[in-house]
This record gives sequence, structure tokens and C-alpha cells, in this order.
Amino acid sequence: MTQGIPFNVPFLAVAVMIGIAFYIIISQRNLIKLVMGLSILASGVNLFLITLGYREGGVAPIYTHAPAEVMVLPVPQALTLTSIVITVATLALMLSLVIHIYRHTGNTDSEKSRIMKG
Amino acid sequence: MMSKIVRTMASLLILFALIYGLYIIMHGHLTPGGGFQGGAVFASGVALLIVAFGSDNVHKSLKEHHLSILESSGALIFIGLAFGGLAIVFFYNFLVGSPIFGHIPPSGPNPGDIWTAGVIPFMNIAVGLKVLAGLSAILLVMALATTLMEVEE
Amino acid sequence: MRKIAIAVSLSVFVGFLIATAFLIHPFGYPPSEMDDYIIENTQSETGANSAVTAVVFDYRGYDTLGEATILFAAVTGVVMLFRRKKREN
Repeated sequence: MTQGIPFNVPFLAVAVMIGIAFYIIISQRNLIKLVMGLSILASGVNLFLITLGYREGGVAPIYTHAPAEVMVLPVPQALTLTSIVITVATLALMLSLVIHIYRHTGNTDSEKSRIMKG
Repeated sequence: MMSKIVRTMASLLILFALIYGLYIIMHGHLTPGGGFQGGAVFASGVALLIVAFGSDNVHKSLKEHHLSILESSGALIFIGLAFGGLAIVFFYNFLVGSPIFGHIPPSGPNPGDIWTAGVIPFMNIAVGLKVLAGLSAILLVMALATTLMEVEE
Repeated sequence: MRKIAIAVSLSVFVGFLIATAFLIHPFGYPPSEMDDYIIENTQSETGANSAVTAVVFDYRGYDTLGEATILFAAVTGVVMLFRRKKREN
């Protein structure tokens, strides 16, 4: 590597976001806070996908009235679109399960709502 | 059910949200957008209706049985178009060069022509119907469930 | 005991992520052979002006089919969880 170790700010921001999300998921007990931690994790992964495909000084990869410069890569943007839709569907299903747990056991604490123990 | 000003403005704004969502779906092959984004814009219009009028009044006209029929027909149209080009390969674009939606644009930057891009506009419409019906059904069912929970307990 | 285990595992994992952020390609110059081919040949093969729509629906249509299936399954699950019992009148 003739140019040394690169100091990429967007990838460091992604690492911090995923670290915070994992700390929330491991150490919180309330169920709604768990769902919020999963949402932050999904946002971090989507940001990582988009910043993988950026070219220096580029424009959007669309040919309608396009200015004459280089274009950014289109494939990571297509994968991010799919990922966002899947995240929305998963979070909707998780929140309806949390509502059902609250109806049956009376509180949203994950330690106190264990009915099938022993 | 909110006050009279909010109800009047919501029933005006739902028309603009519908036209904007259909515009984004239809021009998916020329500008940024497509099926998923346009369906999400329309579902946010339905969320405005639920907040302004209350979920019981919206449920009188928009039952989840009809939304389920709309979503299933969108999925069936998408799979039918995928099987259309089965002579060569599974997802082949068999309408490029034919008179329906078959023009080929000149290479390089150009003002867009809407009759291009083969089978892609039909796929955009099918996926737009699916996302529209799916997200509206999720919103309606969750809003109904929370009001019923206050009545039962 | 639980706090020590959380701290050790979390610091190992975040250290691995930060080391990856320094060893990846420099930001702004990605390796791009497949995407150069897609940007060159979108207008002649698909006829669409937008490369992102052509990738989502034509070059990678299987992924869109799988995503439509996941959306359908999630909506079915949510509507099924909130059904009401029929009242005996």
C-alpha cells in the first residue's frame, strides 16, 4: 500500500452506530427498547451499503437531463432499497407481537413475562 | 374524530397524495422512484385519513377484505409478467423492440421518452399496488386493535 | 459477572469493526467492473433511462421477487394476529 492507511470517516460512523445498537440489544430489558435497538442496527447497515458505492465527484446514475460527469455505482442502491422494505415488514410484525405479549402478561419487561418456565 | 378544519383539509389533501404517489409509480423508469416509493407515499396519505377521521369511520368504507384482493392481484400480475419471457430465460424483457413500450432511447443524456423500457412500467404498477395495499392494511389493523383494547378491558 | 462479560465481548466486536473501517478501500474509489458494464449497456439492452430501476427489475429481478414474498408474508402475519372473535348473538 503506497498511500498509507486511509482515514475514512463514513465507515467509522457506521462502526459506531452498529456498536451502539449492539450495546442496546444486549443490555436493555424493556421490549420496546429492544425494537428501537434493532431499528438503529438496520439504519447502520443501510448507511454502510450506500457509502460502499460512492465515486469521487459523481452524480446519480440516471440519464434523463444528466450533467456530464462520472456516475456512482447503481447496484448498492438497489440492494439498499430491498433492505429498507424488509426492515419495515419485520418491525411491523415485531411490534404486533409486543402488543400481544402486553395483553397476555400485563407488562413489557422481558424478565417478568416468562410463562412457560420449568 | 378531530375538529372541522382538520377534517376538511384532510379530505382535500388525500387527492394530492394519491396523484403524487401515482406519478412517482408511473415515471419509475425515467426519474428516481418506482413501485416501492410510490406505494409508501400513498400509504402515508391513508395514515393522514386515519388520524383525522378516527379508525372506526375509515373502517366503514375500507375493509381489509378488499385490500387483500388488491394485494394478491398485484403479486399475480408480477409473477405472470416474469413467466412471459420464458422462451429464453425466466425474467427476460420480451417487450423491447415491439410497438408497446418498446422504443430505445439514444445513448447519453437526453430528455426522457415515456414509451421506453419494455416490461418495466407494468412491473412498477404491480409492485406499487402490492405495497399500497399491504402498508394500508397494516396501518388499519393496528389502529383498530388499540381502540378495541380500551373497550374490552 | 454479567457486566464483565458484556464489556469484554462488546469491546472485541467494536474493535473488529473499527479495524475493518481502516483496512477497507479508500472512500471514493471503489472497485467497479460489473457496474461499469451496467452503466455502459443499460440504454441499449433494457431501454430504461434509469440504471437503478433496470438493476432492481431486470438485472436482479429474483431479489425483487423474494422481497415481494417477504412483504406478503409479513402483512399476512400482522392481519392474522389481530382478528376478533365472532360474538355469539
